[in-house]
Amino acid sequence: MHSFQSMLNYFPEEVLEHVFDFLTSHRDRNAVSLVCKSWYAVERFSREKVFVGNCYAISPERLIARFPRFRSLTLKGKPHFADFNLVPNDWGGYVQPWIESIVRGGVNLEELRLKRMLVSDESLELLATFFPNFKSLVLVSCEGFTTDGLAAIASNCRFLRELDLQENEVEDRRGQWLSCFPDSCTSLVSLNFTCLKGEVNLASLERLVARCRNLRSLRVNNAVPLDALQRILAQAPQLVDLGTGSFVHDPDTESYNKLETSMQKCTSITSLSGFLDVSARCLPAVYPICGQLTSLNLSYAPGIYSDELVKLICYCNRLERLLVLDTIGDKGLGVVASSCKELQELRVFLSDVYGIGNTAVTEEGLVAISAGCPKLNSILYFCQQMTNEALIMVAKNCPNFIRFRLCTLNPTVPDAITMQPLDEGFGAIVKSCKDLKRLSISGLLTDQVFLYIGRYAKQLEMLSIAFAGDSDKGMLCVLNGCKKLKKLEIRDCPFGNVALLADMGKYETMRSLWMSSCEVTFGACKTLARKMPRLNVEIINENDQIEASFDDKQKVEKMYLYRTLVGPRKDAPGFVWTL
Amino acid sequence: MSSEITKELLESETSGVLKTELTLGLPGDSLVQKSGIKRGFSDVDLKLANYDQAESQPPPQAQVVGWPPVRSYRKNLIKNCKYVKVGVDGAPYLRKIDLEILSSYQDLLTAMGDMFTCLTICHVLNERKLMDSANGEEYVPTYEDKDGDWMLVGDVPWKMFVESCKRLRLMTSSEAIGLGAAAPSTPSKGSSTSC
Repeated sequence: MHSFQSMLNYFPEEVLEHVFDFLTSHRDRNAVSLVCKSWYAVERFSREKVFVGNCYAISPERLIARFPRFRSLTLKGKPHFADFNLVPNDWGGYVQPWIESIVRGGVNLEELRLKRMLVSDESLELLATFFPNFKSLVLVSCEGFTTDGLAAIASNCRFLRELDLQENEVEDRRGQWLSCFPDSCTSLVSLNFTCLKGEVNLASLERLVARCRNLRSLRVNNAVPLDALQRILAQAPQLVDLGTGSFVHDPDTESYNKLETSMQKCTSITSLSGFLDVSARCLPAVYPICGQLTSLNLSYAPGIYSDELVKLICYCNRLERLLVLDTIGDKGLGVVASSCKELQELRVFLSDVYGIGNTAVTEEGLVAISAGCPKLNSILYFCQQMTNEALIMVAKNCPNFIRFRLCTLNPTVPDAITMQPLDEGFGAIVKSCKDLKRLSISGLLTDQVFLYIGRYAKQLEMLSIAFAGDSDKGMLCVLNGCKKLKKLEIRDCPFGNVALLADMGKYETMRSLWMSSCEVTFGACKTLARKMPRLNVEIINENDQIEASFDDKQKVEKMYLYRTLVGPRKDAPGFVWTL
Repeated sequence: MSSEITKELLESETSGVLKTELTLGLPGDSLVQKSGIKRGFSDVDLKLANYDQAESQPPPQAQVVGWPPVRSYRKNLIKNCKYVKVGVDGAPYLRKIDLEILSSYQDLLTAMGDMFTCLTICHVLNERKLMDSANGEEYVPTYEDKDGDWMLVGDVPWKMFVESCKRLRLMTSSEAIGLGAAAPSTPSKGSSTSC
């Protein structure tokens, strides 16, 4: 032991730092910093990228104190169920205080990645003003800003490499933000503004693309017509990732022919998306590049039917990632199964989002995919119905799932053939897929499925449950059995106080727990909050703002709890009550 | 593999019978509510009833908050879709067309020409018609509006048309005479109907 210890101390800090440079994953770095005090010290000064999974778990000041030299920050705000309108918009997740602290702390911020946070134009202006080396802004599912904020970024970030906006709600101020990139800006590598609804100056866009010779990824919005896309592609044949704008045009025109020619020259494109507006007659223009695609996202294109989709996909033999709508149908998925042998990730989204009608996709499509695509490891599948038999077959065909998310249109639909619960099917999945990290279950489910999950899903980190289970036993199985669980989100299940309070220490090993429309009472939440000071237990109650009227026995509509080092947050709105 | 998964008997109040069947009904239905379960934010009351295997119908769909779990971003994209059925006199099946992605009557004619590939656009004076070159039959696009009336396509501004159109039909010229279409250049076939 002594000689080992002295061996560790033999390495000067610079060497340790150099070794740590090779560690890029934050988990590895976290582990390394726990080895001993000197490693902790070396690691903290050398960490450049910090990942904060819950912006309320730590304060920016403490972060800066520990990692004074960080340059890249990833922050996540609202809980996942906020995506489905279960969390009010002004619940929280503001990035402004973070940016203000980082400015005050003299950090040389170069990269900021935010998910489900509230971002204001003022925040963006601060970024643009105070961080001269700012290089990369990635915003996913955020809101609160306008194109004026983007104009500030474009105007002032002289070394901007990446501006990536994914599925944000952005107000259009018609300020020609894209034209704010100065002529001297040639550093862009990645530009994605698909989610913007307004127009951009096409001439500015074309000039921007022409002068940014390192541009690898370009995703435009719907306001960019097909002929403009053609001119852009002619300037940027080096693109690796393309998101089209409006893909509607008369194919019998010269500009369409030109597009075909330009597209053919783009031999580096491996990722294709966009198609928010598309006419099936224009799709043949992309046939020449299908054979090189590893990623294809057609999930924004509702007007394309199965036979047209299939005509495209059958050329995509190298595809590893496919996102489509359920208009593809079981038959179309059969074609995917026979054409895309390299497929690793598949997402089949609902085209009928209000869940009123039927979807064309059933368990048959899923089975076909599992049989044809042995490398499949990640799936999101919205479907009309499911059977245990199908799930068992899928589990047998694809033991490599890391993510398995199934969603039936009717949340409590039983096995379509036997009318039994789907416990056995999901049981087979968790038993077979030993590396499963993320699971969403759906359909008629009893406590039995949770028994299987607790027993077999040993690597599970995130679990989403809705309308499932019979009793507290279900939730207890999960809490006891899933040792690596980080995020648990539950809605409309009969889980109550016994499950909630059985192992309170467990929640400090997790990032967060969401429970809504379950059986937990106000009194139990209070107990939990009292006994666990390092948890924030938040009650979200939009209907009743009078705190005093809460009876201990009253059921809580929405509860969100998360571990934190900094106590209750100070920015909670009136309807959020931290116990 | 399933033999390895031994079913564990769980103690439950109603042993063996699955007691959770969630049915979704609208408020105002005379449903027995399980005590205490109130879904404050949804418009739906849940009823827990004994599940009977003989009932093969799954519970009817209703609008539950946050279900199906689709991001608002996606919902807003799909919202901008307006699919209407398109029929042609004499064809056995209908098609569907998304009016939101078209921006003019010309686009509409083009799209219909694409869909029913035996038809080509022909312009007679100012009229918009489609013609089947195989049998010389001419078709006039008509639509059913919100009031249930069958109208000739093209009289109102495009956006107004998109708003009020419920379904489309390509009627043979002869049938469409009563809608005020000008006399077709080819002799009318069969009996003409007047509206």
